[in-house]
Order: sequence, then structure tokens, then C-alpha cells
Amino acid sequence: MFRNIAVPLAAILAFLLFWEGIVWINDWPNYKMASPSDLPPAFYKFRWLFLEMGWQTLWRTVAGLGLAVLVGTLLGMAMGFSRIARDALYPLLVGFNAIPKATLVPVIALLFIGQHDFNTVLMAFMISFFPIAVSVGIGLSTLEPEYRDILRALGASKVTIFRKIALPKTLPEFFGALKVSVTLAFIGTNLVEIVSPHGRGLGALFKSGETNGDYPLMFAVLIALAFLGIVLYYAVVALERIFAGWAERPQS
Amino acid sequence: MQGRPHFRKGARQLTNLIEIKGVTHAYQTASGPLQVLENLNLSIPEGEFAAVVGPSGCGKSTLTRLVAGLMKPDQGEVWLHGEIVKSPRKTVGMAYQNPVLLEWRTILENVILPLEIVAPLMPRQDRVARAMELLELVGLIDFEHKRPSELSGGMRQRASLCRAIVHKPEVLIMDEPFGALDAFTREDLWQTMRDLRAKEPFTCVLITHDLRESVFLGDQVFVMSGRPGTTQHVLDVDLPADRTIDVLYTPEATDMLHLLRDQIRIAQGRDGEVH
Repeated sequence: MFRNIAVPLAAILAFLLFWEGIVWINDWPNYKMASPSDLPPAFYKFRWLFLEMGWQTLWRTVAGLGLAVLVGTLLGMAMGFSRIARDALYPLLVGFNAIPKATLVPVIALLFIGQHDFNTVLMAFMISFFPIAVSVGIGLSTLEPEYRDILRALGASKVTIFRKIALPKTLPEFFGALKVSVTLAFIGTNLVEIVSPHGRGLGALFKSGETNGDYPLMFAVLIALAFLGIVLYYAVVALERIFAGWAERPQS
Repeated sequence: MQGRPHFRKGARQLTNLIEIKGVTHAYQTASGPLQVLENLNLSIPEGEFAAVVGPSGCGKSTLTRLVAGLMKPDQGEVWLHGEIVKSPRKTVGMAYQNPVLLEWRTILENVILPLEIVAPLMPRQDRVARAMELLELVGLIDFEHKRPSELSGGMRQRASLCRAIVHKPEVLIMDEPFGALDAFTREDLWQTMRDLRAKEPFTCVLITHDLRESVFLGDQVFVMSGRPGTTQHVLDVDLPADRTIDVLYTPEATDMLHLLRDQIRIAQGRDGEVH
């Protein structure tokens, strides 16, 4: 338990020291590169903005992620159960995923003018549903036929087989994908927050730091984003432990 | 059918629980239809243990799927208890070479699984009692709360057997259930199987590649020909019901094994070869 906390903390500390050292050795001024020691004053100075904007970013990311889980799971189920759906959807999904999402920001900004919250959630969703859809689809379509047959031979319905076998068996893959999607969703949220004029959230705070040449603020925003990312990631890990903890092999 | 006769002479008058009549089946593959079964006929009396042996690819696994009602034959009929099998039925239990235990459930919960489907109204305590009764028979007491990944291959297969018969099926269908186990574990499980049958009467279809296994467990051994599979030979195993492993080293058993080996050679189309 001590090791579980001490090792990652030591690694973070080593990284901060390395960062501070690089800035110090190169003698970079604040308008070129901020160092970790500049960050606490920046956090303190803008503490209320950080709380407000951090909350904005967090709830939009979680909302987008929730949408991605819902739609991604449904798409994955369609692709997992139906060969036709798989053949039809795969090229579409891969193509959509290959489009750089930054190019879609002006599109949705024009489609839903002024709907900043909606646009941000939409982008977080669009960028993060793909891994979930693919992993659920693969998890369901690669279910060994024997697993299905032990229940099918007893006359179990398709719904029962899905609930008792397919769904729990896919959970480890689902959580693996969700870990990827969590960080992707943050990228989506921030993309809209940074690019949109008059945006809100941590992305907008970053933008204002850039406008004002406040490098410590910009780096403080990045650290805040990293922190939120870590928090959400470990929230997913905790959910995984609860719902798919059986997939973890006991370490010998 | 309580109390199987000590020698299965005279068991012939019993009604046939499983009757396979003129079954022909082909699979559609990329390179055209693949004929796996050709006019297969089998009858297995109630309470008997039928072992089915044959070369690889002779349609043995197809046979299990047909009896379980998981698929329908192109031609011919599969009868179970006087009815044509058209769809899955609750009176069948299945066990495979892969124990297919659900990793997210404990051993106890795995064994209970069929009861959740077949007897949804059965009280929980009755389900547990029934599962524990079987786990005790196969020597898995104290392991009921472990997960499958914590058990050895042999123990997992024991749990899989318990799950296959927990709902007291009329027919137990086993597709090479002991194929992946080492030789001594396999012999242990043969004896477990024998003890289970003494306690729980059921009709059994065992698909196997192991001739010693077919003689030790079977009342009848069906030899299937190479693809397309059909019944090539039927051997009545006239050995006592309460066999021990030693019975395999008697002259009677040796003769039977020899005969089966010759039949397999014919099935493989290698009759003329020197052996």
C-alpha cells in the first residue's frame, strides 16, 4: 500500500525536479518557459477561476464520456451481434475517427451557434466513442461459441445469454477502452474551449494566459488538466476493480 | 432408471432414449459443401453410457450439437425421449474439452448457473444445497468460493461436470471433456465420472479420442468412419459397472482395445498398412 502511493509520488517529484533543472540550467526567462516553482503563485492568483473553469471542463468531459459510453456500447453491440452491421459500420467509423477533430470545431460551431456547453460535450463525445465501440464489438464477436452453447443448450433466450455471459465477459475490454477514452474526451473538451471565441473552461483560461503572455498561468492550466485527467482515469480504474476485478490475475 | 444391471446383457429391451436415424449433414464452406455425416444411425438406451470414437474430422462434434438441439441435420431425424429434436431443451447437459467456466463467478456460482435458467423459481438455498452435494461428490468441497483461475485444470473440469449435471439432465453430452488433462488426472476423472453415474442416473454421450477411456466408461462404444462419418462398428463393453482402472489390464479389455484400434485403422483408411 505504501509502495503503491510512494512510487508514483516519487516519480512525479523526480519529473518536477528535472523540469525545474532544465529551466534553471538554460536560464530561460518566464516568457519563454515556466518552471514548476512558478506554478503555485499562478494557482493562488487565479484560484477562483481555476475552480470555476476546472468544474466547467470536468462536467463537460464526464457528460461527453457518458454519451460516448452509451452510443459506443450500442454501436459495439450492433457490430458484435450482426455481421451486416459490422461490414456496414466499420469503414464509416474508421473514416470518421481518422478525421482530425479540430477540423470539425468550425462545423459544429456554425451548426449550433452559441451553444458552447453543447458543442463542447459533443466534441468530447465524438473524439472518445470509437475505442469503446470497437472493443465492445470485438469482445462480443469473439465470444467462444461454447460459452453461448452452455446456456443455449438449456433453451436460454438471447437476452439471458447476453446478460449472463456476453456482457460480463466483455467488461475487461470495455474498461480497457474506457481508459483510453477518458483522456481522449479531455482533448475534445479542451479543443472546443481553446478554439471557440468567448469560451469557458480550462481551455479558455489557457487561451487567456496566451493572450496575456502569462506563461506560468498557461503551464498551471496544463498541470490542472493533467491532474483532472489522472483523477478521472483512476475513477475508471476504481470502477474496473468493482465490476471487472475478476479479470485481474492474482500475482504470484 | 435406478440400479443399472451389473452386466449390461439384457439391457437391450430398454427403450432407446436417443435415436439417430439416417442423419446426413454438410457444412457450407468457402470451397463448397463439406459432407461431415452420411446416413448416421445410433440408438442409445436410457441410462446407458455411449462412447463415440473415430478419426479427426468424422463429425463427432456435429453429433453432439445435433443431440443438444443446437442445430438441425440436413436429412434424417434425431429423437430424444420419443420426440424429434428441433430446438434446445432443458433436459440436456453439456461439457467440453475447455471447461468454459465463467471467470467472474465463483465455482459455486458457476455450478448454479444452469439452475438459474432451468429452474428460475427454485429457492437460492436449494440451489446451493444441490450444487454443494455435487461438489462434494467430485471432491471440490472447500473450493466452492474460489474463482476458476485459482484452480488446476483437473479441478476446473470437475466443476464443469458438476455444472453439466446440476439440473439433473436426462442426457449428458461430453465432447472430449478430459482431452486436455494429463494422463493421471484423466484417470482420476474417469473414476469420478463412474462414481457420479452410480449416484445420479443419466444417459451419456461421450465423444473421445482415447480408446481406453471409451472402454473404461462406456457401456457401448460406437466407432465412426472417417469423413463423411457413419456408424462403422458397435462394441458392447461387457465389463462390470463398478470398474476400476485395473480392469483395463485384463485380457478382455485388451482384446476390446485391440479390436477398437483395428476399427480406427479401417476408419482412417489405413487398413492395408503394416502395423
